[in-house]
Amino acid sequence: MNLQNLWFVLIVVLWSGYFLLEGFDFGVGMLLPFLPRDEEERNEMFETIGPVWDGNEVWLVTAGGATFAAFPAWYATMFSGLYIALLAVLFFLIIRVVSFEWRSKSTSPRWRKVWLWANAVGSFGASLIWGVGFSSLLYGLPINSSGDFTGTFWDLFNGYTVLGGLAVVAIFAFHGATFLTLRTTGDLLERAEGASKQLSVLAAVLGAIFLVLTVVVAVNRNDKSVFPPVLPAAIGIAALTLAVVFVHTRRWTWGFAMTGLGTIAVVVTLFTSLYPRVMVSSTDFANSLTVSGTASEHYTLQVMSIVALIFVPLVLLYQGWTYHVFRARVGGPGEEPTH
Amino acid sequence: MLLASSTTVDLARAQFATTSIYHFLFVPLTLGLGPIVAIFQTQWHRTGNETWLRLTHFFGTLFLINFAIGVATGLVQEFQFGMNWSVYSKFVGNVFGAPLAIEGLAAFFLESTFLGLWIFGWNRLSPRIHLATLWAAVVGSWLSAYFILVANSFMQDPVGYKVENNQAVLTSIWALLGSHWAYYAFIHTVLAGLTAGAAVVFGVCCWHFARGRNVEVFRPAAKVALIVLVPVSCFNLWFGSHFGILVTSLQPMKISASEAQWDTCTHCSFSLFQIGGFTEQDQTPSFSIEIPDMLSFLATGSFSGTVQGLTTLNGDYKANYGPGNYMPPVETIYWSMRGMAYSGSFVALVALIGAFLLWKRRLERLRWFLWVAVVTSFLPFVACIFGWMLTEIGRQPWIVQGLLKTNGANSPAVSTTWLVISLAVFVTLYIALLAVDIWLMRRYAERDPSSPGEEPGAAAPAPAIGY
Repeated sequence: MNLQNLWFVLIVVLWSGYFLLEGFDFGVGMLLPFLPRDEEERNEMFETIGPVWDGNEVWLVTAGGATFAAFPAWYATMFSGLYIALLAVLFFLIIRVVSFEWRSKSTSPRWRKVWLWANAVGSFGASLIWGVGFSSLLYGLPINSSGDFTGTFWDLFNGYTVLGGLAVVAIFAFHGATFLTLRTTGDLLERAEGASKQLSVLAAVLGAIFLVLTVVVAVNRNDKSVFPPVLPAAIGIAALTLAVVFVHTRRWTWGFAMTGLGTIAVVVTLFTSLYPRVMVSSTDFANSLTVSGTASEHYTLQVMSIVALIFVPLVLLYQGWTYHVFRARVGGPGEEPTH
Repeated sequence: MLLASSTTVDLARAQFATTSIYHFLFVPLTLGLGPIVAIFQTQWHRTGNETWLRLTHFFGTLFLINFAIGVATGLVQEFQFGMNWSVYSKFVGNVFGAPLAIEGLAAFFLESTFLGLWIFGWNRLSPRIHLATLWAAVVGSWLSAYFILVANSFMQDPVGYKVENNQAVLTSIWALLGSHWAYYAFIHTVLAGLTAGAAVVFGVCCWHFARGRNVEVFRPAAKVALIVLVPVSCFNLWFGSHFGILVTSLQPMKISASEAQWDTCTHCSFSLFQIGGFTEQDQTPSFSIEIPDMLSFLATGSFSGTVQGLTTLNGDYKANYGPGNYMPPVETIYWSMRGMAYSGSFVALVALIGAFLLWKRRLERLRWFLWVAVVTSFLPFVACIFGWMLTEIGRQPWIVQGLLKTNGANSPAVSTTWLVISLAVFVTLYIALLAVDIWLMRRYAERDPSSPGEEPGAAAPAPAIGY
């Protein structure tokens, strides 16, 4: 495998990490207005993701930075082309980020409600746009022969991409619910279990339709054969189906593992469907951006590979340790009240 | 067409400037307040004295209120290169992208993950490990500053590259990471951050002294703040002017513009203040206060050194790079330089007086000085804003010195409408967030530091800093 392909895989790994990790904290965010019955439960829900959301979001920062370094022309066209969409993502992420720190800074019920909703809306909005945005890379955007986006904001939207957005929202909400079944106790736990069951079918159905359509779009619009994209798509559909079974048979750890696998499968299916292109042009297929056409020079990729080889395992190690430290259920016995 | 294209560049610049300046209100505080809070907690760990723990919680809360916005606006910074400056991004991505990506992998992960552990780890980690998580986060934030400044240095003094097929290609990562400019900028920035952090801690202490509240708790904090502030603020004045000598050799235009020096001179005098003399048509100020030989000394390190005039330099640039105007807006740069230097000097002066008063045991009662110190805690931020204006506007018309001009480096895909919408969204959001931030900071800075007994779990207090 040459370095350009290796870096394409690494970009997929970074986005997968981002979706897997921030996916559940977006899910928890979306469920904030609905699951808790009182302030204590709301605090508990915030606390399930409090220690980890920031580290999770760094996967996005790193995915962005790595795309810039390894595929500058892809980064440039994607970020300028999805301008309004990314503006909206930034807006949603900003209100969400500050909500974590600021909500606890006043006891006024109204204040707390505002920041709770900021978190929920931010989580929902960012998930939706990530889904729409990523599927639009595959479906195709107007790109001219010099590799620049020439369309408008509305070019991002069509039946397929909107379905992509909704599927990502549903999968993240489900993923967040299964995460909560492992991190909460008491009544909140019961409601998280209920929410997992309710969301499971919706997420599995939307996810399955989206994954099947992704393979169809890859074949019709990106000159791919059914294989290999069908492979991660099938794994994704299987994982989401198993997740439905597991949450209904109360095997929560397995349920969470399967929503995680399903989330990763969505990212992998999209990128497998794209390869060897990174953005499909709807203006003229020949204008599509490719891995080899947008990649940095060999030396930069070499340097970045060494950096990734050293630091990715380190990051996994200490982030893994963080999850180990905060493995105890929030609000469980022996838990110090932390509010 | 010409008008339309210059408007999009102007809007893109306005947006980048807004986000950068805004982001950099929170960055120095993170860089400076982090280690001071870590010193407080270390002191608690070493002495077991509850006062240090109360200070850790008190200033830790202020630290986190700001950290949140710093993270949020940092994300905007990273996205903006691609969103608004796609031509620039394609041109420099091979080189510029590397330090950004390394920053994420090697620094920001460290900072964010360990800060999460610190905030929530009070009851779950041993005191020693818990203390280590805060220091790890501080190391992460400093490393982060280094890699970001390496990236910025490439715009000021490109090194370790060659231009191939109309893009800059990395030839040596060590040359890039070892850029002299980056080292100077890093030290200057970290010192500015420490100045900001220490000035804020000192200001908050003085605010409590002025109102006669919590004097016992804040006395040790004021002492720590001054121990940091006095050397750091004084050294940074010297270091900043030393940095100026490097800038003179690499970006002579920036230095000449910051002094409104139109003609080449030796034994050049430094103007402390001047009226007029900022345009090609009006090169002689109608009024000025000058220190003889001082500019030569500041710019070259020698009282008789030669400083190239703007007119001469502009002629050289035209000969090298073709017709055009290579001078940045002189008046803006002149005042930015002074805004930075004067606010920085004032902070150092207040720090010295504060240290003297502390030594004479008069600090807590001298009310006028206490209020001066409160106001002074805002000045490092003013200095940072002017410093970045000098750095970034002073480089114009270049986006990468000598390689790529700002005009034309923006995204062709981005229309004026999009830019107006996004600028409006960001400005509204930033103002709203700043208002809330200031309100929260004031509210939490004014509070009495919680005494250990008031909190659940006195021995290992639950975070007042948590949720």
